[in-house]
Amino acid sequence: MSKGIAITGMGIISAIGNNVAENYHALLNGNKGITRVAKIKTNHVNEIMVGEIASTNNEFEQQLNLNSDNNYSRTAFLGAVAAKEAVKHAGITNINTYKTGLISATSVGGMDMTERYFYDYLTNKTTQKYIEGHHAGDSTQKIAEQLGIEKSLVTTISTACSSAANAIMLGARLIKSGELDRVIVGGSDCLSKFTINGFKTLMILSDTYNTPFDENRKGLNLGEAAAFLVLESDAVVKSENKTVLAYVKGYGNANDAYHQTASSDNGDGATIAMEKALKVANLTPNDIDYINAHGTATGNNDLSEGRAIIRVFGENVPDFSSTKAYTGHTLAAAGGIEAVYSVLALQNNVIYPNLNFETQMKEFDITPQLELKEKPLKTVMSNSFGFGGNCSTVIFSKEP
Amino acid sequence: MDALKQELKENIIEQLNLEDMSPDDIANDDMLFGDGLGLDSIDALELIVMLDKSYGIKLTDPKEGRAIFESINTMAAYITEHRTK
Amino acid sequence: MKQVYINSVGSISAQKTFDNDSFLEDVVGYEDNVISVIDPNYKDYIPPAAARRMAKGIKMGVVASKIALQDAGLENVDAIITGTGMGCVRDSEKFVSAIIDNDEQYLTPTSFIQSTHNTVGGQIALELQCKGYNFTYVHASNSFESTLLDAKLQLENDEEKNILIGGVDELGDHTVAIHKLINHIKPEAVKSSNLLDSGTEGAVFGEGANFFVLSNEKKASSYANIIGVKLYNTLPKAEVSQTALDFLAENNLDVKDIDILILGNNGDIKFDDFYTDLQSKTFHNNQQVYYKHLCGEFNTASSFGFWLASKILKTQTIPDVVKLNKVENSSYKTILLYNQYRGENHSFTLLKQC
Repeated sequence: MSKGIAITGMGIISAIGNNVAENYHALLNGNKGITRVAKIKTNHVNEIMVGEIASTNNEFEQQLNLNSDNNYSRTAFLGAVAAKEAVKHAGITNINTYKTGLISATSVGGMDMTERYFYDYLTNKTTQKYIEGHHAGDSTQKIAEQLGIEKSLVTTISTACSSAANAIMLGARLIKSGELDRVIVGGSDCLSKFTINGFKTLMILSDTYNTPFDENRKGLNLGEAAAFLVLESDAVVKSENKTVLAYVKGYGNANDAYHQTASSDNGDGATIAMEKALKVANLTPNDIDYINAHGTATGNNDLSEGRAIIRVFGENVPDFSSTKAYTGHTLAAAGGIEAVYSVLALQNNVIYPNLNFETQMKEFDITPQLELKEKPLKTVMSNSFGFGGNCSTVIFSKEP
Repeated sequence: MDALKQELKENIIEQLNLEDMSPDDIANDDMLFGDGLGLDSIDALELIVMLDKSYGIKLTDPKEGRAIFESINTMAAYITEHRTK
Repeated sequence: MKQVYINSVGSISAQKTFDNDSFLEDVVGYEDNVISVIDPNYKDYIPPAAARRMAKGIKMGVVASKIALQDAGLENVDAIITGTGMGCVRDSEKFVSAIIDNDEQYLTPTSFIQSTHNTVGGQIALELQCKGYNFTYVHASNSFESTLLDAKLQLENDEEKNILIGGVDELGDHTVAIHKLINHIKPEAVKSSNLLDSGTEGAVFGEGANFFVLSNEKKASSYANIIGVKLYNTLPKAEVSQTALDFLAENNLDVKDIDILILGNNGDIKFDDFYTDLQSKTFHNNQQVYYKHLCGEFNTASSFGFWLASKILKTQTIPDVVKLNKVENSSYKTILLYNQYRGENHSFTLLKQC
């Protein structure tokens, strides 16, 4: 049984950087990764903006030394790149020295290839290799293979936009219970026509830069990204004399049970998730120094989340901001991306600005942090909410 | 106008899978949302697509739909005034 | 650490399993390469207003979970954990084809929403108004076993009392068509009773939903005690037997303690040899059972195997149709299940009579 859940490595690729250092640099300098979509041919190109990663699939193929007959989806490429950085960062040379698992999260999976070859499959043998790559577990199997994880616990979580937060939660539980000594947790999602058109039908895509927690917010920008953390037990940290970046201190998942896609007006699910996480962490609301909010910039989310934050924190709402204005909403990966950002905040004692904010929301008087702020941080809360009423909160801390 | 209303009822039943209903079950002034027919926000999005596809009317903000989709009467009136096909 | 029990079952499959009072009494034989479920009357369980937008997978999941709740005598549960390999695949197909066919115009949200993998778990929560923990696992043939592991850890720790878990997958026309092209589905119609002797590549595809209430409180009506579950992303053929033995040893058991071995053979000549060692060597003298001839192959087909094991332990009977060898026991106390799909995502599950 491990009491502390140590984070000993991180890896990330997003629209604002190909690794942890680049992402941190962009966060500090207020560099957004939001542009018009370039790699996907869509009729909506002038009606939406996205957080797209510059590298092409061919470039990833070379970076990972894969043969051209591979059947990687872009989700798998992104995930493999980020997970490898995390493992390297944790100084792991032989991954099978300890009982090591992988919990990944995705919502898109291999849909990028499915939508490209949907009818082509029926007549073209050369594209049929991607049929097996469609299901959500396939990218996870490939990431495990890239990391050399064999004969071990590998699974995939898909709870829409809270998926990666839930992967962290399961990973923490597996270490606490002694089921694993070490687990790589996170998520990966690439952009696809499927999600672009899907969110378009819900009429929640902004035609310009997304503006979290702003009165005049117009909706979200989709993004693509992958991020992973290496979690290790106290025993591994001790015997390997590991540097610990931060700890997973608390976690909570709840269901809003209100609507298939929308959050409830009062943020019931979000409130329960935050309260559960505080309870697991054995902390009070006053202990939270910064909230990395879900803050997608949809009318519904920001109102519901803001109200939930007020319900949990009352008069003393800590500094909070959404980093979606930098990266776009990276769906299943978002909880992983924001976990990396939360750990970087703790390590460097900084709070990132909530970019693009202009007008205070009229429903409440809490305002996100608007400038980069330096302040000693001990604990950071990260929220991730998804369709199906799925609400997740993870708390990261400097102390175990 | 009456033909349009009948057509709307048939389209709504088909689009929204209201399997157990017939056009006669929907009165022209029945509330479509809330306590009336019980349609919800996802149905509203479906109806927005129907306006676009069948009548060439494009709504950009789902909030606009609230007044338009109040009843068959309000829908028919709006469509008559704004239809482009 | 608390013990974990299977307190109820609810199954919708290609057999008439939705009625918990019977146990494979009228077995339906098929001669096909794709088999669908026998539908219960969904309207008996779901109000029409709620059902009108539900995909088949959602209907199967919601109804199987309602049957499981009824069987457990519960109004609600503390948490819902769902496994699905492909989610509501018909809606995914519908949305992708609509994007292509209509050139991204006139798309409606319903099929997109239902394509989200956690739509079944979310809808069950919505129907039950269950605000507790709600996870969905989507890891191929280990989707269901992931729900089992997650629930077991939480119940052992007494974090929750009653958790609904389940596996659900539906058939979709396009998915079937393209899986025929790559020989994942058998080219020919196969009689259920001849599945393992078909001698051809691929499986007979199926669909279904099998849900269970797991609890750390034993009742007189409990089906079984869950001893352990292990998942492996990869496992070389040559190591399957030893891994099974190690798993038994971890739980202080030996080959002779296993009354029944339940195997996931699906008649695919390319991959059924993963079971050969267990069948003809290691567990040669143990009674063996198989089930995919009854329910077909799908990512969460092993949840049907779990249902079968639960029913055997509770009723202490084994229908003849599932017997794989000639060994017969008179009482059934301990069951080991092993499953894999196409050589990946292997699982071992241990259940005991309670």
